[in-house]
Amino acid sequence: MLRRTLAIAIKELLQLRRDLRTALTLLAMPVLLLFIYGYALSFDVQHIRLAVVDEDGGRAARDVKDAFLESGYFDLVAYGGDIRTLDHMFDAGSAQAALIVPPRYGDDLAAHRRTTLQFVLDGSDSQTATTILGYARQIVASVSPVVPGGARDGPVAGVPLVWYNPDMASARFLVPGLLAFIMMVTAVIATALAVVREKERGTMESLRATPLRAIELLGGKTLPYLLVSFVAASVSLLLAHLLFDVPVRGSLLWLALVMLLFLAVGLGWGIFISTLAETQQVAFQFGLLSAMLPTLLLSGFIFPISSMPSALQVITYAVPARYFLVALREIVLKGAGPEVWWNQALGLVAYGVVVLGLATFRTVRSL
Amino acid sequence: MNDRAQGAGLSAQRINGNGAVRHHRGTVREALRTLGNILVKELLQLRRDPKILPILFIAPVIQLVILGYAATTDVRRVELAVCDLDHTAASRELVERFTRSTYFKRTAVVASQPGLDALLQSGTARIALTIPVGFAAERAAGRPGSVQLLSDGSDAMTGTLGLSYATDVLQDASAAGDAQPLVELRPIVLYNPDLVSRNYMVPATLAMIIMVMTMMLTAMALVRENELGTMEQLLVTPLTPGQLIIGKLIPFALVGLVEVFTALPVVLFWFGVPLRGSFATLILLTLPFMLCTLGLGLFISTLAQTQQQAMMLTAFVFILPQMLLSGFAFPIQNMPEIFQLVTFLVPLRYYLVILRGVFLKGVGFAVLWPEAVTLSGMGVVILLLARVRFRRRLG
Repeated sequence: MLRRTLAIAIKELLQLRRDLRTALTLLAMPVLLLFIYGYALSFDVQHIRLAVVDEDGGRAARDVKDAFLESGYFDLVAYGGDIRTLDHMFDAGSAQAALIVPPRYGDDLAAHRRTTLQFVLDGSDSQTATTILGYARQIVASVSPVVPGGARDGPVAGVPLVWYNPDMASARFLVPGLLAFIMMVTAVIATALAVVREKERGTMESLRATPLRAIELLGGKTLPYLLVSFVAASVSLLLAHLLFDVPVRGSLLWLALVMLLFLAVGLGWGIFISTLAETQQVAFQFGLLSAMLPTLLLSGFIFPISSMPSALQVITYAVPARYFLVALREIVLKGAGPEVWWNQALGLVAYGVVVLGLATFRTVRSL
Repeated sequence: MNDRAQGAGLSAQRINGNGAVRHHRGTVREALRTLGNILVKELLQLRRDPKILPILFIAPVIQLVILGYAATTDVRRVELAVCDLDHTAASRELVERFTRSTYFKRTAVVASQPGLDALLQSGTARIALTIPVGFAAERAAGRPGSVQLLSDGSDAMTGTLGLSYATDVLQDASAAGDAQPLVELRPIVLYNPDLVSRNYMVPATLAMIIMVMTMMLTAMALVRENELGTMEQLLVTPLTPGQLIIGKLIPFALVGLVEVFTALPVVLFWFGVPLRGSFATLILLTLPFMLCTLGLGLFISTLAQTQQQAMMLTAFVFILPQMLLSGFAFPIQNMPEIFQLVTFLVPLRYYLVILRGVFLKGVGFAVLWPEAVTLSGMGVVILLLARVRFRRRLG
């Protein structure tokens, strides 16, 4: 049995080697994505395009403006006294935020009267807008004198301390998600397409005429992709470690085990899809909808699960990447042992048993 | 091999020659009729696969619904652990401020700081607030009372936003003392006053759907003809490569447009995203983008030999990097300069400005013409490049 499985695996590997473009894409894609994630993407909002309308023109007004610029978050795109130019700047996106200093701002401050600064803000991108508003509040609080006199409580100061990822590097946070994504895509879609391709070309019939059993055929078909996904994931992890200093704080052995568990689930899913689809186009669409999108969106990869509506939070339990990602972050970033993530691993095992069982059942029937 | 290439070259020449002659005779009507014939053939073919049609129309809606709900960057209910060592009215009041805000959800209260360790590690808490002994006494004496905020950096989005929310809460707490700052900041939020991230993300998913459907379908359908050998049959017909390309692309352009019309009601009525600009502008400015995606699909089909390759190339080389480098979820302004330059080559970047502009800002051609012109230019260049490659491949 083992020999026949291996024979199919070797055939599949040979086919993959002949198809250099697919093999290269499978190996180069993770590296490309890693570069983009590591170097390009970040949640730190910087270079905020700020227009300042100064209707006061005095020194106090310039002090506020300078405080904004010195914070390092803002780039001054316009400075003037005309409020009417703002409209077009916001529409065209050349300004993201505008600070309006009212007339007599300096006089009010000098006379210890209360005064108001207006801060106009493009809210389209709510996340960026929230962050910008936070910056602006801090800056204004730092330049604002307080009403003198009277006994009063001291202010509250927060001392922030970030654990696991002190400089909030997005590479460190995103790499586990990227691994899950790469593995899911290669495992599910590549496997599904590889099996459906045989159907489409009619070579499945010839395979059926051989004394192969369904299990042997499936084993042989999936082994090469297991290998490729595992290599691709390991290479990305190594690169992430070398280039972006992503630490692997937990044990490598546990890491490999959890990765293999996740791959088994993905492969099972790929085979299951292959029993539903007759053409590669359909198989791909199934794979896209059931594996790629959920792994990207519903696993907590980019968008936090705790912020989703509760109905959707329930659905995320049906996404294997969710369990994998929690376990992966705990092993890689927090260095936690199995006593912390055993329930996630258990979830993956249960998932794997169900999916592989279903896939085998359907394949045996269709053969 | 060489012979065959030469033979094929000859036949391509013959086809070109024929096309030129036809054109010379000025039978434009005939050319249009041929085009119509291919269109009908392509549409019939699309209808023949019983599983592809439902997918074409259900898939975008599913994508939209999942994205609309999942792709939320409104971080709410950040899990908060509290460790109050001060046990005073002032410290309890501060804790109360945190739990009252919609940003935080108190998931644990511990008596001593080492207890926070396990909570952060297991993800029970993302932010931990520690109020040290003497907090109230310090403040009463007019000195700053400091508290410690521990945040879980392994989840960067929740971590960053959680910290900035916490700073907000602390600032409110400071301001609630007797001391009032003289300068008040009055924010005015344009376009999306409630700061709902859905209004920003959902229109953008339209772009993703168009991209996936037109680019991927075009590439895969053309490669499929190559794989099945039916491309050869089309070659022996008196079609010019131009006619062949247009005939192949128009059905997918139609599919793309139909997808927009299917998805739009979901965007507008299900998610309640406002369409402040005009509908006509939206559709008109979608066309240049489709020119780009169709062109790219054609281009990919000349690179790939099998459908598997076409799928991989489209998904990983053309769609995913475009999504990441277009400002879809990650703002371009946060990227390093070199990557910002790269984004100028990404068609999706321009289309997202158009989509978000039309939906949220209600602007039209007067503001969006630079994007429209750039997209059209890019589309023409891509199509020309693809056509050159396509012809070489046929020859």
